Amino acid sequence: MKNGKLSWKKIKSWNLLLPVVALLLVMAVNIIYDIANGNNPLAFFTITLQQTTGNGTILYGRIIDILNRGSEAAILAIGMTLVVSSSAGTDISVGSVMSLCASFCCMLLAGYGVSSTSTLAVPLAVGVLGGILMGVVCGMFNGTLVAYFKIQPMVATLILFSAARAIGLLLCNDLIVYVRNGSYAFFGGFIGLLPTPLVITAICAVIITLLLKKTALGMFIQSVGINPKASRIAGLNSKRIIFLTYVLCGLFAGIAGIVASSRITSADSNNIGLYLEMDAILAVALGGNSLGGGKFSLAGSIIGAYTIQAITTTLYALGVSAAQAPVFKAVIVVIIVAIQSEPVRNYFKKASLAKKAKEVA
Amino acid sequence: MEDNVVLTARGISMTFPGVKALENVDFTLRKGEIHALMGENGAGKSTLIKCLTGINDFEAGEIRIDGIDGPVKNHSTRDAQNVGISTVYQEVNLCPNLSVAENLFIGREPMTKLHTIDRKSYNKRSQVIMDELGISVDVTQNLENYSLAIQQMVAIARAVDMDCKVLILDEPTSSLDDEEVEKLFVLMRKLRDKGVGIIFVTHFLEQVYSVCDRITVLRDGHFVGEYTVEELPRVKLVAAMMGKDLDDLAEIKKEGAENAINNPIEISAKGLSHTGTVKPFNLDIHKGEVVGVAGLLGSGRSELARAIYGADKANTGTLSVNGKDVKINQPIDAINLGMGMLPDDRKAEGIIADLSVRENIILALQARKGMFKPLSRAKQEELADEYIKLLQVKTPNREALIKQLSGGNQQKVILARWLATNPDFLILDEPTRGIDIGTKSEIQKLIVKLAGEGKSILFISSEISEMLRTCSRMAIMRDGEKVGELDRELTQENVMKAIAGGDTEK
Repeated sequence: MKNGKLSWKKIKSWNLLLPVVALLLVMAVNIIYDIANGNNPLAFFTITLQQTTGNGTILYGRIIDILNRGSEAAILAIGMTLVVSSSAGTDISVGSVMSLCASFCCMLLAGYGVSSTSTLAVPLAVGVLGGILMGVVCGMFNGTLVAYFKIQPMVATLILFSAARAIGLLLCNDLIVYVRNGSYAFFGGFIGLLPTPLVITAICAVIITLLLKKTALGMFIQSVGINPKASRIAGLNSKRIIFLTYVLCGLFAGIAGIVASSRITSADSNNIGLYLEMDAILAVALGGNSLGGGKFSLAGSIIGAYTIQAITTTLYALGVSAAQAPVFKAVIVVIIVAIQSEPVRNYFKKASLAKKAKEVA
Repeated sequence: MEDNVVLTARGISMTFPGVKALENVDFTLRKGEIHALMGENGAGKSTLIKCLTGINDFEAGEIRIDGIDGPVKNHSTRDAQNVGISTVYQEVNLCPNLSVAENLFIGREPMTKLHTIDRKSYNKRSQVIMDELGISVDVTQNLENYSLAIQQMVAIARAVDMDCKVLILDEPTSSLDDEEVEKLFVLMRKLRDKGVGIIFVTHFLEQVYSVCDRITVLRDGHFVGEYTVEELPRVKLVAAMMGKDLDDLAEIKKEGAENAINNPIEISAKGLSHTGTVKPFNLDIHKGEVVGVAGLLGSGRSELARAIYGADKANTGTLSVNGKDVKINQPIDAINLGMGMLPDDRKAEGIIADLSVRENIILALQARKGMFKPLSRAKQEELADEYIKLLQVKTPNREALIKQLSGGNQQKVILARWLATNPDFLILDEPTRGIDIGTKSEIQKLIVKLAGEGKSILFISSEISEMLRTCSRMAIMRDGEKVGELDRELTQENVMKAIAGGDTEK
């Protein structure tokens, strides 16, 4: 009994409790829906093996779909978390930067001015790395403005927010560039049984976690985010650390751009990553992170990103039309954010205290 | 409620995670008295104040206020203001980017008939208020253009102007110089005579005796007693605060330190300056020497240190460390040369509030080692435990957030941060500000001990007496300029004379 109590206390103080509860709530809606419709109550969780046209076997199911489709937002959320933590600001350019990176990658692969190709102009790796490098360059641009020129993050990143997509169009000669080569489809396809985007997300998360935990970077970012002046006196180069987080954010935008482009084997400058910066920012917030900077939880942000996708997928499953989905999405987001807000948390804390006091009396 | 009582608190209890901050504390404030709330760091003074002002939600007990039926429970500072409780905190909590007048009237701006803010009227009223208090400022200037002392005075003016029955002053004098303190006392007495009850929290014992009528003492979150000033002489007050008799503070041995002047020079500044804050100065600091920097607030004491450390990059001059010329562009360069600096503004430049005690302690050491050579978790914990023990930091554990500690304990953690880097040269800018008397003497002893180990120390303090106890030499600052040094006949009187000006120049 005592043991049970102890673990319950541990659960309550777990910082990912609320993000996880939010995700579970969304799943619960699916279960209820399936029961109400006389389906298998666990249809949402069912994963089956499916043959693909290419004679491969892949995992199939709603969960897999969510993990697959939510990957770009999850990858962006990783970078966004770092930016928010270090600079108490958001990088609103990531969606546009995704598009630019995709365009640049496809332009490299197809050659300038070519709108459709099945043979690659340069090796695949060159195109992909080029695209990602473009993200890094964008990140450096943002980071320079924010860290060294002290421009407010939203204003600084507003520049690429509006320009990057247009630069991408310019690179593609105003065309949608199609790379009809099986090898390029890999990043948005499947690797063995699993969706490649999910695997890429996992690799990104593991690498960045190692970087944050195995070096002092994680502590430095938080320290700078909490108190840049004190951090400087303690010997941290606040500017360089803020710059670095924007570069990382650009890097992840590049990776997400490649994934998104690979899914449709083309560079659709006008649509890739559209509004995705908002999902990334929301993911950070849903993950229980303060947008005021400082302490952060990467796992929370990633869970947040998949929660957003779970909401979208659920709504489609419930038969809500794509045009109306944002309304319901908004309602759900409001509820989740409210649950995590300070007043609500305090209310529950007080309620449990009062209960305890009653028990004692 | 008794006739002349304006506020009573009975049986107040409050817990923070892992710490019982207040337990069954009583407090009574009468009309027209200045009531000192005394106790060491962590005794619960600030916590009690925060319970009165609605920042802390106390768990048990009740507060009653004259003129209001039934117990009062404030949930915000606004609630507190509505029942007549105004507060000025230790650290200035105003908006530096607003004008003085805007700060005075923020949240209660006078309106024109069109319901727009009546700037003219409040600028005028602000000027009147400030003139009455004898604070010479242009109220239309941004607050950040003024010194911390003036900012503090503005905060007090704001509270005073809000027609309060109870005025709480939480360490208001920590950053004021003697003249300003006297001005404040004049004002406090004026308010007392008008019938305002004033709660005065301070660490300066002499101030208690020059301005207060009554004293309540807290210790470890418990109520020790309420006394009139006459019945509690200084020694008894200290004994009540510490719960034991005080060993003589003045007796700090500084053998060896006297001879440090014969040691090789560790730090040598020639013509160092930072435009606008400190004029070119020369300063040599020998190994194992404690050099004091004396001067009025705003005389460039801190700025001198900041120019050496690279907190404000020096514009002119050269600096050499152990005889080698060095270039310091930013603090990390100084740290790599074996320096450390404990800044005077603990909240703004010292603590990383949301990080743990452990992380705060290892931060500077980690910064010096660099991002890619992290200290192992075991090593971090070992260091944290070592310094928590050495400096007797009162914390539930090493993973507690530093913001949960009391001010004095936060200061100890920042001190630990620098000790962990094992510096050769340590700048301590007001290390004992806002710290209780017991800890003060501990820190002073520590300074002398560090010097004995061969470390050089630059010690800045507005309390001349504590510098006299620890320093073998003092640099005198006046109006942003180093005007001289004193190394013989270091007495309070001589230092004061030198600060005031005259013929002390070498």
